[in-house]
Amino acid sequence: MGGVSMKPVIEVEHLNLSQNGNFVLEDINLTIREHEFHAIIGPNGGGKTTLLKVILGLIRPDSGMVRVMDGTPDEMRSHLGYVPQFRTFDFQFPISVQDMVVSGRLGRLKGPFRRFTHEDTDAADEAMETMQITHLKNRPIHDISGGERQRAIIARALAGKPSVLLLDEPTVYVDGPTAVRFYDILSQLRESITIVLVTHDISALSPDVTHISCVNRRLFTHGDNQITDDMLAGAYPCPVELIAHGVPHRVITEHDNRVFGGRK
Amino acid sequence: MIEALGFEFFRNALIAGFLASIACGVIGSFVVVKRMASLAGGISHAAFGGIGLGYFLGIDPLAGAAAVALGTSGATAWIRMKADQHLDTLVGAVWATGMAAGILFIYITPGFAPDLFSYLFGNILLVPRGTLWLMALLTAGICTIVAILYPRLVAVTFDEEYAAVMDLHPNRIMVILLLLTGLTVVMLIQIVGIILVIALLTLPAATARLFSRSMKELIVGASLLGIVFTTAGIWLSYAFDIPSGATIVIVSACVYFGALPLQRRIQEHRQTS
Repeated sequence: MGGVSMKPVIEVEHLNLSQNGNFVLEDINLTIREHEFHAIIGPNGGGKTTLLKVILGLIRPDSGMVRVMDGTPDEMRSHLGYVPQFRTFDFQFPISVQDMVVSGRLGRLKGPFRRFTHEDTDAADEAMETMQITHLKNRPIHDISGGERQRAIIARALAGKPSVLLLDEPTVYVDGPTAVRFYDILSQLRESITIVLVTHDISALSPDVTHISCVNRRLFTHGDNQITDDMLAGAYPCPVELIAHGVPHRVITEHDNRVFGGRK
Repeated sequence: MIEALGFEFFRNALIAGFLASIACGVIGSFVVVKRMASLAGGISHAAFGGIGLGYFLGIDPLAGAAAVALGTSGATAWIRMKADQHLDTLVGAVWATGMAAGILFIYITPGFAPDLFSYLFGNILLVPRGTLWLMALLTAGICTIVAILYPRLVAVTFDEEYAAVMDLHPNRIMVILLLLTGLTVVMLIQIVGIILVIALLTLPAATARLFSRSMKELIVGASLLGIVFTTAGIWLSYAFDIPSGATIVIVSACVYFGALPLQRRIQEHRQTS
């Protein structure tokens, strides 16, 4: 069970990366298989975002191997949908929700002109429908709410019809109730694509997460959705405070049966 | 006032203003949304070094300006790729170095630099017919390249990282955008001069941005506003016999600052309607 027989979509082996003379990622080993909902947790500055960027081929590692769907990240990037951190966006940019979402199709277009066809606008419509923002399609992104902007960013990634969706801190600027609805949407998506979610906020983890890895320079995982004390002790500089909130065990144990048995 | 249209120099000035406004509307829109105004300022002031070099070598100072502006644009694009975070300081250094080099070149060149003042502050009333053709060619070229690359330019200026993920080669697109900015700057030197180039490149686009909901609206709006500003500035400078470049910039700035408080009202109106 648990999808051990599933095909790996992302494989990272013995990856090392240093920046300005310091190790940012050290001997990282990670395999993400089809249809996993894989959460990568860890403290801020622990290298989670950097690891995502290495998987995307935006940053070259010093050593080690990264394979995406049996190819290099550069070759297979079009199969990856990326949802960058919210704060990296300039929401004052004059662009409508629809234009932003359809821009996610540009990677699939070829030639010098790259004009969108019906196929592209249809894919954008479908992505907006999935993220429930169809009613906002003509609004400029500067006059929609934070949660709506977040959904527009995800819709842009979905418009490219990725096999794997990589999300970086997608709930930071989203309030509680919106986050719940947001995870419902992700759980639906999981039926068709693999989801990799990076977050420092383990209290916000969805019960549908199937695998958890803890990253703080090194990666700690048991290959399932358990967060254990040794993972936290390895990844977090001050685990006491986190465990004191009672968070890690609550997230997982309650839904244990659902993840392993209830959901396919 | 209408009799002014009878003078060829006046008609030429209006045409030059029109052409420069279109180039500024197109390129200035990207400069404003990508927050590259200081970078454009750096390129234009570096171009002053080229003007000094032109005097020194005895060639057309504008040719010197073009060479240095394009060289600086290319170099900036390259440095941007390598060390993004230091760009701001570097722009300051390039800015000052260009001006200093220009002054030294002019100082060591024997004799007198006749048109120096017009390169610094522009003189649209002195644009000769031959230059108009060159400007028309440059404007057409800039518009064509932007039209071809439009979807990629928008994607790269909006989100460079995602553009990289989509294999759009944002670095190449940025090199092209910066070179086009350099070309536009050289064109503007004739109109408003080096000191005021940033104003014409940014004020029409910044004003249009207050009311634009898409890049297309912004580009069209900025071009139209630019035409209004230059035309009004040329008439006023003729009517009151005051420097044209400075007049154009003051007109643009007045409209921009006047429009700032209107922005909120228009957005609220749109939301209720």
